Amino acid sequence: MNDPQPLVIRLIKGFGMFWWDFLVGDTPELFVAALVIIGAVSLISESWHANTVAVVALPVLAILALSISVKRASDAAKRK
Amino acid sequence: MACAVEMVEALTIVFAVGHTRGWRSAFEGVGAALVALTALVAAFGPALIHVPLTWLRLIVGGVLLIFGMQWLRKAILRSSGLKAKHDEDAIYQETVAELQNSAPGANRDRIAFVMAFKGVFLEGLEVVITVLTLGTSAHRLGLAAVTAAVALIIVAVIGAIVAKQLSSVPENAMKMSVGVLLVTYGTFWVGEGLKVRWPGNDTFLLAFVGIYAVVCWVLVTLIKPKNPSSPVKVDA
Repeated sequence: MNDPQPLVIRLIKGFGMFWWDFLVGDTPELFVAALVIIGAVSLISESWHANTVAVVALPVLAILALSISVKRASDAAKRK
Repeated sequence: MACAVEMVEALTIVFAVGHTRGWRSAFEGVGAALVALTALVAAFGPALIHVPLTWLRLIVGGVLLIFGMQWLRKAILRSSGLKAKHDEDAIYQETVAELQNSAPGANRDRIAFVMAFKGVFLEGLEVVITVLTLGTSAHRLGLAAVTAAVALIIVAVIGAIVAKQLSSVPENAMKMSVGVLLVTYGTFWVGEGLKVRWPGNDTFLLAFVGIYAVVCWVLVTLIKPKNPSSPVKVDA
């Protein structure tokens, strides 16, 4: 097994692949949702200084993202 | 007390990962985090008070939130019968392929390692900063360090007792619980990273556990097929 790529490149690729699988994997919608949640709550908390809204918005958005992802998987399974 | 709270948080994550992904990689993650923390303290000492903890919390919280939601999604689909609870054939093929592609001795569960490392490193860093802050401001650094060490021993002993009780919990129920805990800590730390002030501080974690557990139960109930005799299956 002679890999033509240098060790450093293979390590970087392996590191990148690990994080891609870890964070994106087969549910890219959850990765995007997490970024949107962080962006939205950051805006609410740090720009508008609305702490109570942020306290409510953070879990509500996470629940919404999870529900949409579960519904999509459920619908896809039922269509089969 | 502050140190004990942080240690319990780290212990919860290590337990969750160890029980569901395997203890070896979880303990390796803990060991690596402790080595990294020791190296940090030895290299920087009191200067660690200036570490930007909010950024660290945001990054670790974000990772936990994503991974926790992925985990909960799978557990909900399994509980509703839309995904096989334990697909031995697929796991066997996957494991064989993984072992064939890996170098000898490289069979560490990287996810378990990373999760345990992150949990222990973040909480450990908070313990170090708490000890340094309180210890140096009261001119009792030695006493603060000893008290933190005692708290660590107490939490570890309680943890070992609780771990034995957890081994009798069914696998999918355990995975659902782990998902709830990961999303709970993820939400909490993302909030702290974004300077959200949670009512009741750390005790708000308990509210999150309750909320997410109820949400999971509702989702399982909603998507469960009405006719269980016609099985459907999810790929992912």
